Amino acid sequence: MGLLGDLWGELVIVLVTLAGAIPYIIGYVLLILLMMFIWSGIKRLLTPKHDYASLKTVTFGDESAVTSNTVASVVSIILIFVLWGAFTGSKLLPSFMHAPAAFEGEGTFTYTITTPAGETDDATVTVIVHPASTNPAVPEVEPGEGIAKNDATTIASYRSELLRVDRNDEMGRDEETFITAVDGQPIAPGVGVPVSFGRVVMSDKGTLNIVPDTGIQMEAIWLPSPEAVWSRVTEIATVGYRNFTLAEHLGYSLFRVIVGFLLGALVGIPLGYAMGLSNWFRGWFDPIVEFMRPVPPLALIPLVIIWFGIGEVGKIILLFLAALWIMAIAARSGVSGVRISKIHAAYSLGASKWQIMRHVIIPNSLPEIFTGARVAMGVCWGTVVAAELVAAQKGGGMMISVAADFQQTDIVLMGIILIGIIGFTIDMMMRQAEKWLVPWKGKG
Amino acid sequence: MPGLIIDRLSMRFDLPNGSSVQALKDVSLNLEAGELLSVLGPSGCGKTTLLNIVAGFLAPTEGQIVLNNKKVSGPGPERGMVFQQGALFEWMSVRENVGFGPSMKKMPKAEKAQIVDHLLDVVGLQDFKDKAVYELSGGMQQRVALARCLANEPDVILMDEPLGALDALTREKMQGLVLKLWKETGKTIILITHSVEEALLLGERLIVMAPRPGRIHTEYRLPFAEMGVGQDLREVKKHPKFGEVREEILGMIWDMEEEIMGRTESA
Repeated sequence: MGLLGDLWGELVIVLVTLAGAIPYIIGYVLLILLMMFIWSGIKRLLTPKHDYASLKTVTFGDESAVTSNTVASVVSIILIFVLWGAFTGSKLLPSFMHAPAAFEGEGTFTYTITTPAGETDDATVTVIVHPASTNPAVPEVEPGEGIAKNDATTIASYRSELLRVDRNDEMGRDEETFITAVDGQPIAPGVGVPVSFGRVVMSDKGTLNIVPDTGIQMEAIWLPSPEAVWSRVTEIATVGYRNFTLAEHLGYSLFRVIVGFLLGALVGIPLGYAMGLSNWFRGWFDPIVEFMRPVPPLALIPLVIIWFGIGEVGKIILLFLAALWIMAIAARSGVSGVRISKIHAAYSLGASKWQIMRHVIIPNSLPEIFTGARVAMGVCWGTVVAAELVAAQKGGGMMISVAADFQQTDIVLMGIILIGIIGFTIDMMMRQAEKWLVPWKGKG
Repeated sequence: MPGLIIDRLSMRFDLPNGSSVQALKDVSLNLEAGELLSVLGPSGCGKTTLLNIVAGFLAPTEGQIVLNNKKVSGPGPERGMVFQQGALFEWMSVRENVGFGPSMKKMPKAEKAQIVDHLLDVVGLQDFKDKAVYELSGGMQQRVALARCLANEPDVILMDEPLGALDALTREKMQGLVLKLWKETGKTIILITHSVEEALLLGERLIVMAPRPGRIHTEYRLPFAEMGVGQDLREVKKHPKFGEVREEILGMIWDMEEEIMGRTESA
């Protein structure tokens, strides 16, 4: 029961966190829907009313009528960058598109103290809110007249400060004199009041906690602006990171993937053919392949590190294993998928076993092998990044894992984007190669 | 003239549950070179099994096949096969498909090209020779299959419902083509079909098979194939004898089907 209670607690935390995102998600969806209405309005003006598609009366449920709208895709991509820029105060966007930023500059508020005798006096607090990267001096202020004296402080933006404004006053809490109002609004322990640049909250002990407005933009250590990420790209491409340039990091990752994949294919395809063509081979390898297939390659990382260390050998063996089973299964089903009438036809045209292998079985299995190769390349790319996250001296995964340790979010973001682009490019290239090399796929 | 001898062929499959199926029993038939035989029968009568044994894909449990005084023990290029569909190699162009047999024999390129060219002319696909086979219509694909089979110069051509998947019009045209090829090449042809009309039109000889166990029920020698070579097939169908034999065979197959149905219902 204790476990169930814990799990329930965790679930509640997850749901509460997700619920916090709901307003933003709704805003995002509304923006996209707005674009959709604008676009369909424009389109109605531009296109003739009697083309084939617009004459269809049944489109809802007609699968062929649903295609990916290029405009929606473009809007989707642009909107991601616009939102990213808006919530990071990017200089690439005009400032009216920015989400409200955190307060920076000078702000003041007044507080009022009340003595046991019932006398009151006001004093002004000057607050300089500065970017975390600068460190301005605390301004000098005149103490002023009366019991309460003026104060000044500096606060880095997104931070807050507990300030004992009554410390320099003539009568403090030791004399039973307490702060009773801020900017004329009554205040008490646990109560907060708004001031011109944020909020002031009184702690339980009667100290003022000054909280400058944080806006709804993201702080750079959580989400750096697009141009900051881009300048990191150029910096790391030229200067490098952890002794290696960007090209070297990504080049090593790609090298591991390609070598691991090629080795896996080199062994896996003949293995799959043997399994497809011989009972004995099928029986021999079925238990091994069927057991290894559901084991995620990531689960092998610790064992591979124990056995082969964190160098290239271990990585390539891991990727070899990741590709091997996928390629073996693809080749096996490619062979099993050949129609018996094709084999019969080839035999009665006088082909030998070897010729049937060369001219019928292999070409017939190529579409399946290509599908397998695409899957294997995807899995290998994912696996290499994960393996580099765990332990590596160079590589795309290592770059983001080390950067995360130092809270270099811009490098982490850059790494994720580049890893995504490379993975996408690999898949596109495999698809193109497939179109080129096996044009008969799915046409049998 | 030595031809194809089907000699007391029997075929029994043992099923996993211990029982066995008698697919063929004592089927005997002599075909002379150049004869055109069509085989009809209700489903389950062993037509395809018979063809597969002749092709050498199956070994009979009893009896033998002798072609040109040689016993058949496996598939071979002297017995070409045309399947219903899907037996073309879609990774090869039309020309490569037709030239498959000669390629396997390592025939010199020029000689092969000549054969392929000639056959593409015969089946009327000269303009499509560089197309991929999946770009062709069903009828064209079957013409490629015919040409591919002929390119190998087989003594016997075995056809397993080659026109079954085609629409009626294409089918009629293809029937004319089969007759023309038969006459021009003088090949021995065995053709399996579900269509009684097709069997009559294309069968110089025709056997009707009966099921359980698969056996030859009735045999005909018919004039229609010879008639069809010279004239429109629709004219042949108007021949009074054509209708007569068609009704007779339909009745025969109807009775067999009735019997099967009755048996399954009482079982």
